[in-house]
Amino acid sequence: MSRSDVLVDADWVEAHINTPGTVIVEVDEDTSAYDKGHIPSAVKIDWKKDLQDPVRRDFVDKVGFEALLSERGISNDDTVVLYGGNNNWFAAYAYWYFKLYGHQNVLLLDGGRKKWELDSRELATDVPSRAKTSYTATEQDASLRAKRDEVIEAIGKQNLVDVRSPDEFAGRLLAPAHLPQEQAQRGGHIPTAKNVPWSKAANEDGTFKADGELTTLYKEEAGVDFGKKTIAYCRIGERSAHTWFVLHEILGLPNVKNYDGSWTEYGSLVGVPIELGEGK
Amino acid sequence: MSNDGCGAPAGGVTITKDKAGKEAIVEGHVLSGGAPVATGYARLLGTGDEFVAEVPLGEDGGFRFFAAPGDWTLRVLAPGGVRLEQSVSADIGHIPTVEFAV
Repeated sequence: MSRSDVLVDADWVEAHINTPGTVIVEVDEDTSAYDKGHIPSAVKIDWKKDLQDPVRRDFVDKVGFEALLSERGISNDDTVVLYGGNNNWFAAYAYWYFKLYGHQNVLLLDGGRKKWELDSRELATDVPSRAKTSYTATEQDASLRAKRDEVIEAIGKQNLVDVRSPDEFAGRLLAPAHLPQEQAQRGGHIPTAKNVPWSKAANEDGTFKADGELTTLYKEEAGVDFGKKTIAYCRIGERSAHTWFVLHEILGLPNVKNYDGSWTEYGSLVGVPIELGEGK
Repeated sequence: MSNDGCGAPAGGVTITKDKAGKEAIVEGHVLSGGAPVATGYARLLGTGDEFVAEVPLGEDGGFRFFAAPGDWTLRVLAPGGVRLEQSVSADIGHIPTVEFAV
């Protein structure tokens, strides 16, 4: 994978709004964003209602993913272009799902909703009607998802990249600063983790930084060893999906997993090691 | 909205009265000629311009952050190349209001 295989710009999306076989999908936690206005022809996926299991802490299973995409009118052969707010935070998370379940042709709109809005491009409020399909997903690709035991085993052996803000990494905050801070779990980070806040990979307009800048950020500045396997984590696995996208899809590192249990799981485990303070 | 997600709802998370006493909240509005700017983004930056959080502006041009006590920079981005900045100090139980005029 490389940048040109996984990213498209706003001009490309504008030119493909009505192209058969291309489906534009907005993914936001705040569904009012889509209702306020979306890229013409775009359908909506709600990261929580549509992508999370309503009972267990896990995400939607294969059957559920198939039902979701069939209902949204997405076929196995379609090129899916994902975009969303927050520097494509949730769109990258959805992208990871699409890859986990084996969708071949999936792209991110570079800059996402923010770039589109700041460019004053057209937004529509009508909801498109797409004919239902019969989507078939593959089994989850285990090479993209890290579970807790594997994370503990990776301490000191693999790259662990903590993509939360420095204050969350150090244990001073338990959630991002746009959210209330009450939480039950302990603060801190997984020992040996490098702290590279996810947002450092994005420019102010939400687009991804250039390959050279990204390599400098992770390899030179943070000391991530590109020759080793890597696990990215954050608080609940969304921001780290963005970093997974950068390392695995843009920079093409072969062995990168997203730990979606992330700090809300790790920081609540009994007996596991925790490190406090700044990165080492 | 519950905080079991990490998303940033437009305008920031709504607060209840009792919460204001336990958090270091920073909030404000972005206005143009007195009218709210509903399309745009507010960013909270820490020391050295370090990005900390971002929310889309609410229908009333509003934004809200739950910061740690200390000094922060607020930056507003809006269509037309708008890029404004102000400094703010956050503290527990005190809610500074920062108004931006485009």
